[in-house]
Amino acid sequence: MSRMNFGWLAAASAIVIAQPLAAKTVEVSAGEGAQERLQEALILAEAGDEVVLGAGRFVLTDGLSLDIDGVTLRGAGMDETVLDFTTQQGSGEGLLVTSDNVTLRDFALENPKGDGVKSKGADNIVYHRIRVTWTGGPDANNGAYGIYPVESTGVLVSGSKVSGASDAGIYVGQSKDITVRNSIVEANVAGIEIENSRNALVENNIATRNTGGLLVFDLPNLPVMGGGNVVLRRNLVVDNDTANFAPPGNIVAGVRRGTGILVMANDGVLIEGNILENNPTAHIMVVAYSLKFDDATYNPYARNVVVGDNMFGRGGDDPQLDGKEMLLAAFGGALPPVMWDGIVESDNGLRVADGVAGWTLNLKTPGQDMATAQPGPLDVPTPDGAFALESVGAPAELESRIK
Amino acid sequence: MRRLAFACALAALVLTGAASVRATGQNAVVQAAISEDSLPRTLSEYGFFAGSPDRPEPSLIRYGLRNPLFSDYAEKTRFIHLPEGAQFRVGSDGRIEFPVGTALIKSFGYRSDSGTLDTLETRVLLHRADGWIALPYVWNAERTDAVLKVAGTRIPVTFEDPSGESHSISYGVPNKNLCKQCHSRDGELSPIGPVWPDMEFERESDRERLKVQARFPKNGLYAMARWDDPTETLAERAGAYLYANCAHCHSRSGAASNSGLFYDEPVGDHPASGYLKRPVAAGRGSGSYDFIIEPGHPERSILLYRMHSLDPGVAMPEIGRATVHKEGMTLLTQWIAEMEP
Repeated sequence: MSRMNFGWLAAASAIVIAQPLAAKTVEVSAGEGAQERLQEALILAEAGDEVVLGAGRFVLTDGLSLDIDGVTLRGAGMDETVLDFTTQQGSGEGLLVTSDNVTLRDFALENPKGDGVKSKGADNIVYHRIRVTWTGGPDANNGAYGIYPVESTGVLVSGSKVSGASDAGIYVGQSKDITVRNSIVEANVAGIEIENSRNALVENNIATRNTGGLLVFDLPNLPVMGGGNVVLRRNLVVDNDTANFAPPGNIVAGVRRGTGILVMANDGVLIEGNILENNPTAHIMVVAYSLKFDDATYNPYARNVVVGDNMFGRGGDDPQLDGKEMLLAAFGGALPPVMWDGIVESDNGLRVADGVAGWTLNLKTPGQDMATAQPGPLDVPTPDGAFALESVGAPAELESRIK
Repeated sequence: MRRLAFACALAALVLTGAASVRATGQNAVVQAAISEDSLPRTLSEYGFFAGSPDRPEPSLIRYGLRNPLFSDYAEKTRFIHLPEGAQFRVGSDGRIEFPVGTALIKSFGYRSDSGTLDTLETRVLLHRADGWIALPYVWNAERTDAVLKVAGTRIPVTFEDPSGESHSISYGVPNKNLCKQCHSRDGELSPIGPVWPDMEFERESDRERLKVQARFPKNGLYAMARWDDPTETLAERAGAYLYANCAHCHSRSGAASNSGLFYDEPVGDHPASGYLKRPVAAGRGSGSYDFIIEPGHPERSILLYRMHSLDPGVAMPEIGRATVHKEGMTLLTQWIAEMEP
C-alpha cells in the first residue's frame, strides 16, 4: 500500500514541476490509507487547486493540516462526506488551516479529540456547509470548538452546523471582518462566540439547546483585544436550556443555563431583529468582565451596546441566578427580557429601544460582589443614532465564492 | 549488445572512480539535492550518510543541545551541512542565520536491547532560495536508506526510559505541515535548535570552523541554565525547560500566538508566563482548573495537567509526544510548589 502511495506522490510531484500554474482537481476517496492519501493531497496541492473528497467515511488517526494558499477542500455534502476522528491519536484539532484564501465546503467532521476545524492566521477563509458533530451529545470530554477561525482577517461561515462542543460551536477569536450566517448551532455550551474580534456580522442563524446562544466577549491578556463593532440580527435564539457542561476554568463555564444573547466587555454591539423564545435565564444579558485581571490595556466594560427591536417570547422564567425565587416574585413570575449588570465606564453604557423591558443589578464596578446587587427595573436611554452597519461583515469576495 | 556491455563497464568505472574520490575525504554531499526545487524521494540522494545512519559524511558538523526538546525519550543526532565557502551571521539572540544551501539533519531513534541505536527517521531542514523546507524520511528495516513521507506515518515502538520503565507507543513521524507548525516564525519556516550558546560540539574543530565562518553580535550571548543541572536555581532551570519545549509555539510569532502564553520571553510572575493566567481556548485542556500556573499548587496548575496528559485533545505539546516526560514534570512541579501562594 505504501508503495502505491509513493507512486502517486511521485506522479503528483512531476505534475507540480511540469505545470506550476495550471489549477487542478485532485480526488481523494474514503477507504484504506485515507489518512496518508488525504494528507498528501493537502500537502502537494498548489494555489487554485481543488481537493475533492468522495462520499463516504474517512477514518482518520491524526489531525489533518492545510498550509497552501488558495486551495478549496470540497466534499460531497455535509451528510455524505464524513471525516471520522473517533480514533484520533494526535494533534489538537481535526483539521488545521494556516494558509490564506482557503475554501472549505460540503463535508463533516465527527468526534475530533480537540477542536474541529481550526484556521489560524488564515485570512479570507470560507466555511460553507461544514458540519462538526460530537455524536455522543453534550459531554465535558468533547472538544472545545467546532469551527474555530482565529487571528484572521476575512472570515465567512455559512450554512454550517455544529453540535456538542464543550466550549463554542462556532468561535471566532482575535479576528476582524467576519460574517457568520445561515448556520445552526445546537447543544453546545456556547452556540456562536465572537471573542476579541471586530467588525462581525452574525445573522440568520439558529441557536438552540445550547447553554447560551450567542456570545460576544472581550478577554484580557491576549495579543488582540479591543473587541467590538458587532451586529447580531435576525437570529432565531430559542430553547437554550442545556445545563452548562464546559470543563470548569474556561470562561464559558460561567455562562448561566438559559442565556439567549450575552455581551461581555465589548465596544459597540447592536442586537436587532432577533427572535428569542424560551431562554430561561435571560433573553439578553449585558455585563462587564467580573474576574480579576492584570492587564493595563484591557477594558472590562460593556460600552455602546444597543438593543433594538427584537421579538421576545417566554423567557426569564427559570433563571439560574442567586435569589431566583425572590426575583421571580418581584417581577411577576418572569424576568424582563434584557438583564444588565448596571456597570458603566462613563455615559457610554447600554441603550435599548422604546418599549423594550429590562432589569438591572445596579452594580457599580466590575467584579463587585453579586450579593450587593440591588435589582430594579431598567431605565436607560434609547439609541441615539444609526449604527455603522456597512463596516461589519466579511469582504464581498468571500461571498462570491459560494454563489 | 556489445555496445551496451561497454556502456555498463564504463558506468562501473565511473562509479568506482566516485567511490575512490569519497575515500580520499572529498565531500559526497549533493548540493543540488539540497538547493534545487525538488522533493528527493530518498535520503541517499543527498549523500549525507554512506548507506547507514551511523555513517555520516565526515564533512557534516555534529552538534548537540544543552536544552533539547523532549521527543518521547528518542535519542537524537543532529548535523549541519554548510555550502562551500559559507559565511553567516549569529543574531543578537544567538540564532545562527544560516546561508542558502544549508541543510540541518536530525535523526531520531531508540537503543535496542543490545545497546545499538535503531534509527527510525531523519528529518531534514533545507535552506533554499525561497526559504526553508522541512522533509521527513523514514528508514527501511535494513537501515540502508530512508524514504520521503510527506504525509508522515506512525511506527510502533517499544523502549525503556532512563528510569527503566518500559513503554510501547505509536511513534508519530510528523508530516511536512506539522514540521512547520513548530518551525514557524511569523508564518515562515525556520530552524529552532541552533542557538549558538546552547550548542555543543562533539569535535572541537567543528566549533572552531563555525567560529571562523561566522560573524558574532556585539552583545554577549546569554546561555540559559541547563534544565537538568541541579546546581542552578529552580526558576532558571524551569525557564530553560519551558523555552526548549514550549517556546517554538508559545511565542508572539509562533503557532500558539493566540494563547497569550509566551515562553520565549523571560519567565516570571506575570500572566504571559502563565502566572495566575486563565485559560483562553483550552476547552477540556483546562482540567477544571482556573490558572495555567497557580503558585504553590502544582496539582491545580493547567500547565502540569496538560504536560501529564496523553490525550490528544489535552496533551501539550500538541504533537510529538506520546509519553510523559517524568523528569520535566518533576522539575516544574517542584518549581510551582515552591512559589509563594
